[in-house]
Amino acid sequence: MSMNREGRPTRPQDAEASGETFTGNRALMLEEPLIFEMGEENGTGVDFDERQEETIGHRGFEHDEDFYRDRLGGLQRRAPIGLPGLSEPQTVRHYTRLSRQNYAIDLGLFPLGSCTMKHNPRLNEKVARMPGFADIHPLQPADTVQGAYALIDMLAHWLVTLTGMHSVAMSPKAGAHGELCGLLAIRSALEARGDARAVVLVPESAHGTNPATAAFAGYRVENIPATARGRVDLEALKARLGPDVAAVMITNPNTCGLFEPEMIAISEAVHAAGALVYCDGANFNAIVGRVRPGDLGIDAMHINLHKTFSTPHGGGGPGSGPVVFSEALTPFAPLPFVEKQGDRYELIEEETAGEHHGRTFGRMTAFHGQMGMFTRAMSYILSHGADGLRQVSGDAVLNANYILRELEDVLDAPFGASGPCMHEALFSDKGFAGGLTTIDLAKGLIDEGFHPMTMYFPLVVHGAMLVEPTETESKAALDQFIGAMRSVAERAKAGDQSLKAAPIHAPRRRLDETLAARRPILVYKAPEQG
Amino acid sequence: MRYLPLAPADRQAMLAAIGASSVEDLFVDVPEAARLTGRIRGLPDHAGELSVERQLGSLARRNMVAGEVPFFLGCGAYRHHNPASVDHLIQRGEFLTSYTPYQPEIAQGTLQALFEFQTQVARLYGCDVANASMYDGSTACWEAVVMARRVTRRGKAVLSSGLHPHYVSVCETMARFTGDVLDVALPELVAETDAERLLAAIDDETSCVVVQYPDILGRIADLAPIAERAHAKGALLIAVVTEPVALGAIRSPGEMGADIVVGEGQSLGVGLNFGGPYVGLFACQDKFVRQMPGRLCGETVDAEGKRGFVLTLSTREQHIRREKATSNICTNSGLCALAFTIHMTLLGETGLRKLAETNHFLATETAERLVEIPGVEVINDSFFNEFTLRLPKEARPVVRALADKGVLGGVSLGRLYPGAEALENGLVVAVTETVSRIDIQAFAAALEEALA
Repeated sequence: MSMNREGRPTRPQDAEASGETFTGNRALMLEEPLIFEMGEENGTGVDFDERQEETIGHRGFEHDEDFYRDRLGGLQRRAPIGLPGLSEPQTVRHYTRLSRQNYAIDLGLFPLGSCTMKHNPRLNEKVARMPGFADIHPLQPADTVQGAYALIDMLAHWLVTLTGMHSVAMSPKAGAHGELCGLLAIRSALEARGDARAVVLVPESAHGTNPATAAFAGYRVENIPATARGRVDLEALKARLGPDVAAVMITNPNTCGLFEPEMIAISEAVHAAGALVYCDGANFNAIVGRVRPGDLGIDAMHINLHKTFSTPHGGGGPGSGPVVFSEALTPFAPLPFVEKQGDRYELIEEETAGEHHGRTFGRMTAFHGQMGMFTRAMSYILSHGADGLRQVSGDAVLNANYILRELEDVLDAPFGASGPCMHEALFSDKGFAGGLTTIDLAKGLIDEGFHPMTMYFPLVVHGAMLVEPTETESKAALDQFIGAMRSVAERAKAGDQSLKAAPIHAPRRRLDETLAARRPILVYKAPEQG
Repeated sequence: MRYLPLAPADRQAMLAAIGASSVEDLFVDVPEAARLTGRIRGLPDHAGELSVERQLGSLARRNMVAGEVPFFLGCGAYRHHNPASVDHLIQRGEFLTSYTPYQPEIAQGTLQALFEFQTQVARLYGCDVANASMYDGSTACWEAVVMARRVTRRGKAVLSSGLHPHYVSVCETMARFTGDVLDVALPELVAETDAERLLAAIDDETSCVVVQYPDILGRIADLAPIAERAHAKGALLIAVVTEPVALGAIRSPGEMGADIVVGEGQSLGVGLNFGGPYVGLFACQDKFVRQMPGRLCGETVDAEGKRGFVLTLSTREQHIRREKATSNICTNSGLCALAFTIHMTLLGETGLRKLAETNHFLATETAERLVEIPGVEVINDSFFNEFTLRLPKEARPVVRALADKGVLGGVSLGRLYPGAEALENGLVVAVTETVSRIDIQAFAAALEEALA
């Protein structure tokens, strides 16, 4: 018997690789069918307590005197619903596999301008899951939820103090819902003084939610132009102001990543014309601890807790959009809200509003807002404190300026010459060759292992690329990102057509969005038998 | 500061690269008068994890936790058991810390889960299509009313008196600004729903009828006659479902002719959370899909012909259409939708039906026990897991007295309809699978004592 002295080969052998696999998987990149394709029509991953099953049995809702008579009003569901079920191991594997097809902040820098993808501290998750916050019902008697009311009041105090405003409405469910809240308060205030007005002015560079919200609140929307320096054109604004203008919606810092230096003059002009100033606070993270919107003449501003105060984006919500108000708008703020009365917190609702808050415009949502986001934001705020929050905006702005200056020699920076940016740096695809545009650089960035920046927004810059690194990136991470951006930008400027095929290393190549819209398939349908 | 990676040396090097001498120099555009020089006064400095956990934990401990006492509250928010794997999966960073899937090549996980969600919701509701979620049931309800106005080009909505009063309030708030006319009424403490009133109110001006199923008092009524009447007059039927588990036991609104079905999805996967975040469900029949609000995920193929998913029909949405969008909604309730889908996948049809059966059985048992108390009546002929008691006295102080005894015994109608004297003896009791026989006995004993 001879010994195998070679053992397992420890050096790779030369061979041709086809890349094709039987399963369609590529090692750690695993393809996964829909739950409807897994043949588990009758499966389940939930067991019910045996003692209850004994009592209830499996006889369903039969009218059976020995058993019990159901009280479903004769509307028992008989036809199959079509909901497949998976055991726990199958479920965990299915969604774990799906999760691995996502990019995430936990994986790398997420330079999505205007969206603020910063690290989500896990302490916040832990706090939000404390049973005293997570397992309480919104209609419990006030005496049994004093701690919850206290937390809402504590967050409200911080938001009012950080913004230098007079009050805050906590119930709006997300930023756009907050915008609606602000505009409804403005409309109520104007109507209360017998001066209903019909028009809301919105800068061209605004988020799409601004004009959509104004329309949803019943206003006609008109655009106001930007200057060559990417700011609101104060003279054009002044020329348009008049007795029909109810409000101006300003984003500050604006969507070009620039602070509006004439903000105080803008507010004064708007107020002089009898209108009110709404500020889109999506970019409050750039100035938190350094500038108070209340000092800029703003009447209402929403705060996206998921942007400034790091509640997780969760693949598209849930958000939370508290709105801070000036003294003039405070009487019109929505219900419900928490009020401290002596040592006790009360929830002011329809019933009690009359005594305290008779001019409220009413309720915007069931119950009282995104408690699960309040707890996370509070945990974030207490962790940073007043000193840390000032550092947050400082580092966010420093990181963005570093990227601006390290890339402006390879990428067109339309407002680069007009001074420092705030928390995001704006570039464009000017100078790309061979028909390549912003989307090609974006998709090339995916192959480099990054989520793309915001593309084609703001609309005022052709082929815009808006980069927001946030304060939670290290210098090493920024340098690697800058290197990747430089490399892809050089290829785009050289007209490298291989970028048109990017991404090639992602779980999917470019997807046909035209086909999806032309022939919408929005739910799974089993293939026709035959 | 543990969340800020830059070291002082990094900051210096970066400032040098930028050509600025300090971070303050970068804020040059901020008017001097508005620039804060020191930190904001009256607020504490940063704190370690332990200290933050202690501070917030002390607030959490001041609340009466639903899971620690006999608990019977519902009215739009229900306490169900959430399987452990749901919370584990939604905390995976790739879901928790990902963005809205605008870059579909690296967001197939979120997109495929949304496609599964849309399919589950559509099937549960008996509709052709569903969107990728709304903020919550109440805002979904108003969006449905607005959608019906777009579809029918009419502005009068008839709301059932059995619609959750907060949902009614949201509609009233919004209608004041949009000019929609609402026909509303208070519920009555009787076994029948207000179907007769609705049938009489539908006319040629009506855009939609909005009916909650089961309604705020827990009653269940056939929607088919209302659908028939609405359609005959060119109006839409909007059904509102605040308890999705009910649809494991009773017929779906879509089957009975509802055109739009909306509701709250919080029961599955999400939890109570003191009212939010929740997840709004929104479904409709195929012909209305281009009038829907909110995000939609659709199937397509990639450049190699492989199946993939994308956000689609975005020409309805604010980021493309701006003031002409179908809604101003941007963020939906993505992570809650994921939790809903995972819980529903764990249940499957088998589990959902069994869960519904357990809820209904325990609710009937509770109702039978409570009517043994002198003076207590159940007003419902029909209900799923929630029913309304008429007490021999005003319910609101009774609920407070029960809470003092450590029993969270339902929602008083006085809380929901302040000032409505005809309703003040009403108490809405919800019973889910989390209620034990011991809880039922404890509730009955405490109620008997509180009424004595």
